[in-house]
Amino acid sequence: MSRDAGRLSLILLFTPFALWIALLIILPQLGIGYVSIREKVGINQYEYGFKNYVDFITEPVYRNTLLRTAWMSILVTALALIIGFPIAWYIAKIARERSRAALFLMCLIPLWVSDLVRAYGWIVLLRETGVISMTLVKWGIISQPIEMLYNDMTVIIGLVYTVILFMIVPLVSTLQGMDDALLEAGYNLGGSRVTVFRRIIVPYAMPGIVAGCIITFMLTAGSYLTPILLGGKNSSWFTEQIYNQFITRYNWESGSAFGVSLLVFTSFVVWAGLRLTGQSLATTVAKE
Amino acid sequence: MHDLSCTDLTKRFGTFTAVSDVSLDIPSGSFFSILGPSGCGKTTLMRMIAGFENPSAGDIRIKGESVLALPPNKRNVKMVFQHLALFPMMTVGENIAYGLRCRKEPKHEIGPKVARVLERVGLPGNEDKKIDQLSGGQKQRIAIARCMVLEPDVLLLDEPLGALDLKLREHMKIELKQLQHQFETTFLYITHDQSEALVMSDNVAVMNAGRFEQIGAPKDLYDAPASGFVAGFVGDATVLEGKLGEVRGSQGRVVLEGGQEVVGSVSDSSTTGDTVEVFLRPEALRLGDGEPGCRLGGTVDSLLFNGASSRILVRTGRHLIEVADPEQRSGVSEGSTVNVCWSADRARIFARRPDGGAIV
Ligand SMILES: Nc1ncnc2c1ncn2[C@@H]1O[C@H](COP(=O)(O)OP(=O)(O)OP(=O)(O)O)[C@@H](O)[C@H]1O
Ligand SMILES: [Mg+2]
Repeated sequence: MSRDAGRLSLILLFTPFALWIALLIILPQLGIGYVSIREKVGINQYEYGFKNYVDFITEPVYRNTLLRTAWMSILVTALALIIGFPIAWYIAKIARERSRAALFLMCLIPLWVSDLVRAYGWIVLLRETGVISMTLVKWGIISQPIEMLYNDMTVIIGLVYTVILFMIVPLVSTLQGMDDALLEAGYNLGGSRVTVFRRIIVPYAMPGIVAGCIITFMLTAGSYLTPILLGGKNSSWFTEQIYNQFITRYNWESGSAFGVSLLVFTSFVVWAGLRLTGQSLATTVAKE
Repeated sequence: MHDLSCTDLTKRFGTFTAVSDVSLDIPSGSFFSILGPSGCGKTTLMRMIAGFENPSAGDIRIKGESVLALPPNKRNVKMVFQHLALFPMMTVGENIAYGLRCRKEPKHEIGPKVARVLERVGLPGNEDKKIDQLSGGQKQRIAIARCMVLEPDVLLLDEPLGALDLKLREHMKIELKQLQHQFETTFLYITHDQSEALVMSDNVAVMNAGRFEQIGAPKDLYDAPASGFVAGFVGDATVLEGKLGEVRGSQGRVVLEGGQEVVGSVSDSSTTGDTVEVFLRPEALRLGDGEPGCRLGGTVDSLLFNGASSRILVRTGRHLIEVADPEQRSGVSEGSTVNVCWSADRARIFARRPDGGAIV
């Protein structure tokens, strides 16, 4: 009786989760995968094969856009880590209990406004007739208004700003679990600041670093509005290509192939990153 | 030559003085304990010696050299932390090698050194174990090995047995003492457990509210406490409150609250008319008729069996007097009327402690 009840509650608890995974993640991906391997040869007539993928690989524009997106995403991830780590350290170790919540909320602020509004906010600030350019002219620091939009720098800044929270949260939670006595032991046994950072803090925070980097990288590589609005025509972000295939060209088959390629390639980058740093998902993300 | 000496060391946090005018000298190779109740400033004192806190006043010298200007990683005092602070992401071997690598010792010397120190703490061949695969006592020994491999001038231990269960604690007490002999290093040991301090140490400093009350060998503290605090904190004692009457030489006559008079030796500067406390050690008491003033009548309230340290609780008035009764040889029974007696020089009289001796 009680075993049946236990099983029932397990099923009840598990069902929404399983449904969510199946309906919202696995099914659409299977659909995309299915569409990506067919090719339209006439009205409602399809052939199956990997032609869409061959097209993708043989066309340098697509290939380069994907590589560029990956590189920029890695750069954004690295910057988010470099900027986010001290912030996370401050929140977890230095800030008082009371200001900690306030600081966390401040990191959340970028997420309170939508992607679109946030990007327009940057545009208002950075365009040729924008706030910063005009102010600099008024103060006489520059003679001509300058255009600060539509270059890689701006795209990267905008992306870092958007995703940094997802770096900070996992870092804070791992760093908070670290006993300060570990640091003191590190110094006491003769370690310099650099040694303590490299041999104690970083290895300890590794689960948080890996989790943060994976989330940040995936979010960046898959983002659309920020690179398009801030980078304009030059952004050549890979999601733009996908959008073009689906919406502009109405070529769902190749759009799907692009989507699958993005997923496979970013997963590969994550895998390579884990291998290079000697980490594995099981010992880092799953550990905490 | 003293391995470690502190002079007039003081630490203030804002207006609060955590450590006040502490002076100590620890001879080379000895086991020195600081014993005191929770919050009396023991950890603060140790953190100053290790370099994690800056003293507000006073000096710290290691092997005769002042270390106030040295950062923690340049001082040759190593510390075993209260919760050990072993690095969880490193193996046992890496934990021990950490300090050697910080000192930039040649690679080919590190391995043998680690193996040797592991052998000395009785855990040979455990280099590749993970920290969470070790038992409490093993972690303890690794934490000590991690410090000892660096051959420090002084090893600081901050209540390292606090997290262990009672049985293991008893065992580690003896083991720590043996390790100290083996390494011949000066140990500075902090504890609030008087039995740890008494069993292991060559010298003990009793600390109260940021000050040292007394420094001495365990036996001296026990037999000749310098203050009521020490008498109450070190070892068991029955405390009787009263007013000091006539004082002749070192002998004083105390009128207890119940009206009885007892005689004891006045051990501090109390004078006639002061409110005092009489401290009676259980093993200084016997059942039987003593001289007048050195006895109290009562009834046996309960018999506590604990092998060689069994006790009889005798009720007189509102006091319960603890009398030693090794292995319950006296053979009295509960409820019987008895006399408790002692010799006057073993009843110590001190001025009443401000907080009534409450131990937190
Ligand atoms: N950084 C600090 N700021 C303010 N007060 C402090 C600080 N560190 C310690 N104190 C205070 O100093 C006093 C002594 O603290 P300490 O940690 O030295 O006690 P302790 O003897 O080690 O006690 P325990 O046996 O409980 O560990 C305490 O009252 C504590 O509140
Ligand atoms: Mg302490």
